[in-house]
Amino acid sequence: MPSSPNATPLAAVLAAANGIILGKERQIRLALACLLARGHLLIEDQPGVGKTTLAHTLARLLGLDFQRIQFTSDMLPADILGISVFDRETGRFRFHPGPVFTQVVLADEINRATPKAQSALLEAMEERQVTVEGETRPLPQPFFVIATQNPAHQLGTFPLPESQLDRFLMKIALGYPDRAAERALLEGRDRRSLLAETAPILSAGILLAEQQQAATLRVSPALLDYVQALVAHTRGTGQTGLAPRAARGLIAAARAWAHLAGRDHVLPEDVQAVLPAVVGHRLAAAGEARDAEDIGRALIEAVPIP
Amino acid sequence: MAKKPDPPPQPLTPAQTVWLLATGLMATAPLASQVPTWLTVVAAGAFLWRTLLAWRRLPLPPRGLLITVTLAATAGVFLHYRTLFGQQAGVALLVVFMALKQLEARAARDGFTIVLLAYFLTLAQFFEDQSIPIAATMIATVLVATAALASLADAEGHPAALLRLTGRMLAQATPFLLILFLLFPRVQGPLWGLPRDAYAGLTGLSDSMAPGTIQSLAQSDAIAFRVVFDGEAPPKRAMYWRGPVLTRLDGRLWRPGDTRRLDAPPYAPLPGSPAYAYTITLEAHNKPWLFALELPETLPPDAFFTSDFQLHARKPVRERRRYTLTSYPQVGFAAEAPAVLAAALQLPAGMNPRTVKLGAGWTALGNPAERVERAIAFLQAQRLTYTLRPPLTGEHVADEFLFDTKRGFCEHFAAAFVVLMRAAGVPARVVTGYQGGEKNPVDGSWVIRQSDAHAWAEVWLDGRGWLRVDPTAVAAPARIEADLAAALPEGEPLPLFARPGFDCLRALRYQWWAINNRWNQWVLGFDPERQRALLARLGMNSPDWRRMTVWLAGLSGLVLLVLSAAMFWRRPRLDPEERQWRRFTRRLAKRGLPRQPWEGPQDYAHRVAKELPGAADDIRAIAALYASLRYGHAAPDALAALRRRVAHFKP
Repeated sequence: MPSSPNATPLAAVLAAANGIILGKERQIRLALACLLARGHLLIEDQPGVGKTTLAHTLARLLGLDFQRIQFTSDMLPADILGISVFDRETGRFRFHPGPVFTQVVLADEINRATPKAQSALLEAMEERQVTVEGETRPLPQPFFVIATQNPAHQLGTFPLPESQLDRFLMKIALGYPDRAAERALLEGRDRRSLLAETAPILSAGILLAEQQQAATLRVSPALLDYVQALVAHTRGTGQTGLAPRAARGLIAAARAWAHLAGRDHVLPEDVQAVLPAVVGHRLAAAGEARDAEDIGRALIEAVPIP
Repeated sequence: MAKKPDPPPQPLTPAQTVWLLATGLMATAPLASQVPTWLTVVAAGAFLWRTLLAWRRLPLPPRGLLITVTLAATAGVFLHYRTLFGQQAGVALLVVFMALKQLEARAARDGFTIVLLAYFLTLAQFFEDQSIPIAATMIATVLVATAALASLADAEGHPAALLRLTGRMLAQATPFLLILFLLFPRVQGPLWGLPRDAYAGLTGLSDSMAPGTIQSLAQSDAIAFRVVFDGEAPPKRAMYWRGPVLTRLDGRLWRPGDTRRLDAPPYAPLPGSPAYAYTITLEAHNKPWLFALELPETLPPDAFFTSDFQLHARKPVRERRRYTLTSYPQVGFAAEAPAVLAAALQLPAGMNPRTVKLGAGWTALGNPAERVERAIAFLQAQRLTYTLRPPLTGEHVADEFLFDTKRGFCEHFAAAFVVLMRAAGVPARVVTGYQGGEKNPVDGSWVIRQSDAHAWAEVWLDGRGWLRVDPTAVAAPARIEADLAAALPEGEPLPLFARPGFDCLRALRYQWWAINNRWNQWVLGFDPERQRALLARLGMNSPDWRRMTVWLAGLSGLVLLVLSAAMFWRRPRLDPEERQWRRFTRRLAKRGLPRQPWEGPQDYAHRVAKELPGAADDIRAIAALYASLRYGHAAPDALAALRRRVAHFKP
């Protein structure tokens, strides 16, 4: 994996995050790339592998405010979006913004909530604004949702429908830490207190600028050829292929990945690096329960670089 | 298509307008000689107007005005030709339409009309003239018209790219052109040029002769025919190309005798006579006669002999025609029909009294051969001058020429001699045709031009038959031995090609004639016989049109298959950096480190560099250069650097 010069603030963020979350370099990088590409991230994994810590760490290091919403089966949209309450003193309704009005939202165990509550969040994610009682309120900038979900086979879950899954730019799994990392984790201090001591490295303004910069990275015709070849390959097989939105997402994610590597242009390697995370959930949603990593790898190796 | 109001058509872009103007100009300009001058002016005006409008970005003229102009021009064409149909009027009308269509070309649909019209008019260029320059012009016109078509489909197309595309398309069409040309069943008759008015106004010998007739031809450079001898050619002074034979004298005018009712008298080559085999490519001259060296033994197909040994085609020669003959300069005759001999003694009463009196005086000599010699001696004694500018003569042409002016061209010599002989009781007649020619040293062919036109005489001597006597040779032997230029006094006007000097041009000219000759023989003269001969040489004996059609379809299909296969298999054109990259990866593959097809440059370099630590720097540099060229912002010299690095890369 290309190592980026430590001089850039983004590299510093990565280094700091790796000091807190051990042995998850790749996932952290993907998560940051997802954020840079203005996408939202879905993490599917067991409880207790550090999903919350990841979200919190990113928010902290990037200087963003952070809120966690624990999704439950009795949750209502208002619990997420906010509600208007009658203020007796002013004699008017006053809007109490919900937890979604935060720069980094951790939507924990999103598949525990009913589809109604789910869709309230997902629509906010897509529109980047919330309409409550006829009034439209913009969400803060940047706005980044990290949703977690338990593996679908667990009891009491409402799996996200395909159309909703598509709203997430990437889906990653954290996985168990490897032996060395787990040992370091067990030996080290509590992560929360470690996090509390960490100072932010970036601010919202810088992050927005970085997002903008990432979006202007050069994507050459040869690279577009490659992306189109990849997309076309998934469509040719009879099952549901990748939609143009997925292709756009792939390019945006590859740009962010290349930006993290400190390059001003996108290489096929960048596309390949983000491909499993970007297309895994879109293709697996079509029925098969294969690992995203496998799906991505198979796709990469099936399509020659033009 | 769904029923909805048509969207407003996309207006033509300036580039498309220029393409269409160029197409129109190229299609019509070569036709300027075919249409009346006023029409050329109208068409040029329309083109100029359109150019001005395009230049100034002004709106096109109103429809009413265009309709008026179109009607007026159509009426003009009708008044000029008295018809709107037929080749000439049709071409004129189409030229008008092409020019005026430019003025109402608003949308792509009008553009298509112009291009189709241009294709049609391109064909019309061949009606008048089938020379190589015209063929080149036609190809250029097709190229531009097709490029205009391409620009209508691709408004953004760069002109050079459009021309390249068109050129490629035409190149792909070339095999089909050749197959169709070689194999398409030929019909007898002109392929181009409609029979009716195709060859109006061609120069050549006519079937009558008055003083000045041949003299006027001597000013013309036009080619009468070309000859290729199979084997030895006769000496130039013996090259008498026999044409119309004139027996009847009406006052000053010589006309052919009534020859059709009689068969030619039998004759046979004398033993020991040389034989000359040759092929003549005769230019169209709109008259039925063919030319031959005196005297041919066999007849070309579709031709016959008149009783005065004139080679006649059944129909006027309206297309270039090839025929092969063998001639014998020395032939023996059997008896001649009395009617022919009687006609060869006819003299108009009361004409040329002095000449007749002189000739009649020789009748006392018993032997006609002696009379001929006396006449020749007389001509020599008169010190006649051979000139292209003889003084005008009155009614008694022979008298005035022989006794007063003593200056004349070959027709004067021949006519006076024949009158003299007839008066002396020797059957004689005037023969017109061509004498000599010019040999092209490049390919050995002979070119006979109108300026080689000549008139001579022949006399009938019992026991010896018809004998050629050329009175011109008596006065101006150089005319026969060398050429017209040598025979004439200094300062006489001559056609350019007959002038001596111009040596630097001469070589070029011969080359050009040789090419032209090939073109005439193999392209324009590719008639059913040639086609059969060629196919026989290719192993297709006695091909009929059915078999030829089968071959045509089969070969076309084969070419189509080959072309499509080539296109299908041809790898996409590689960018230069991609070519270098492939060279580089091929070399590494030979070292057992092939690149996986899906492997990106950076990953590959990373992997390979680990295997070949010695070349790691090179490998990384090449991959970085390639990646920057293909995916990034490359430095201006990156490609050169990549080439250099790859060239020196030895894993």
